[in-house]
Amino acid sequence: MSHSTPDPNDEHGSVYDGLLGTDTSQWAFGTDFEDPLAGVDTTVPDGLDAGELAAHCLQLGDDALVMSHRLSEWCSNAPDLEEDIALANIALDLLGQARLLLARAATADPSVVPTLPEGSPVPVEDALAFFREAVDFRNVRLVEVPNGDFGHTVARLLLFATVRLAAFERHTAHRDPVLAAIAAKGVKELTYHRDYAGRWFLTLAQGTEESRRRLVGGLTAVWPLYAELARAYSVDETVGPEVDVVLDQILAVSGVERPEVAPMAGTGHTEALSRMLAEMQVVARAHPRGLW
Amino acid sequence: MTDEKEWPLYEVFVRGKRGLNHVHVGSLHAADDEMALRHARDVYTRRNEGVSIWVVRADDITASSPDEKDPLFAPAGDKVYRHPTFYTIPDDVPHM
Repeated sequence: MSHSTPDPNDEHGSVYDGLLGTDTSQWAFGTDFEDPLAGVDTTVPDGLDAGELAAHCLQLGDDALVMSHRLSEWCSNAPDLEEDIALANIALDLLGQARLLLARAATADPSVVPTLPEGSPVPVEDALAFFREAVDFRNVRLVEVPNGDFGHTVARLLLFATVRLAAFERHTAHRDPVLAAIAAKGVKELTYHRDYAGRWFLTLAQGTEESRRRLVGGLTAVWPLYAELARAYSVDETVGPEVDVVLDQILAVSGVERPEVAPMAGTGHTEALSRMLAEMQVVARAHPRGLW
Repeated sequence: MTDEKEWPLYEVFVRGKRGLNHVHVGSLHAADDEMALRHARDVYTRRNEGVSIWVVRADDITASSPDEKDPLFAPAGDKVYRHPTFYTIPDDVPHM
């Protein structure tokens, strides 16, 4: 049996007719999607340095993009189906943040966007994501190091979501209305990410001997990168106390100490970022005129 | 993995934005009630479906047996007068 293409002009109508109209009132599920930037003025406000705004959006966008990619690597590899989807959801939230932030960087300062062949339909946020070299990425090293086990991912996500949420809450009052709107959307997402990571942190820490060993091992592995994350999000100057309060609370109920390990030396990126980008960018770079 | 180590099964009910009641949407595994709620959010409300979620341990549901089908349901089969089919429903009455 085959189904023909629905023809809305067919006088007898088709079973698909109900799907073709603009009236969505019959749908109980899955409508009313919101555009987070609806009605927001995209001109850079007077007195705001467009170059600095673009750089800041690139930093926030690259963190989200790289963290999103690392989380997406869990697809089909998570401890069970439900966690697989949970991690993919978080990855998609962050990818959405990255898209908006990279696009904002491009509108604020078009000179940050790599040059593509004449007539390429690739949007600016894709050009930034797929056509920059590792050295041009502004993300912190915490998000780029390779995935360890699930305990490692939980520890990394807890640190990342806690710090980023605190910063985004400040950013909802940012002088750039676009960044403020992106932050307002992100706060709800990051609140869930922090909640997710915090629950698993406690569960693993207070679970079995093995789960605790892995969780503490993961936290100890990512802790040398925490100082750089805190610096990038100005934890000391503006968002400090609440980040420490949240982390101390989760560590206390979990019965886990802050690891006594020195911050990782140096700046810039680890070798892991180049390897990750090679995989992430290869298809887009092979088709610079591709439309996705 | 033995059965003991599997997380218990939960049934998930979601109330949609315009839905009047919670509707069974599927099942999932979780270690406890709170985790089941989070998993339900992640697995079953990804497409903007829900405004409220119920989860319940599948073990806690008492179900009718297929063997009892006739005594339970057949007696209602010929009582057409119980259906409001003799009324014309006005177009502007929703949810009938």
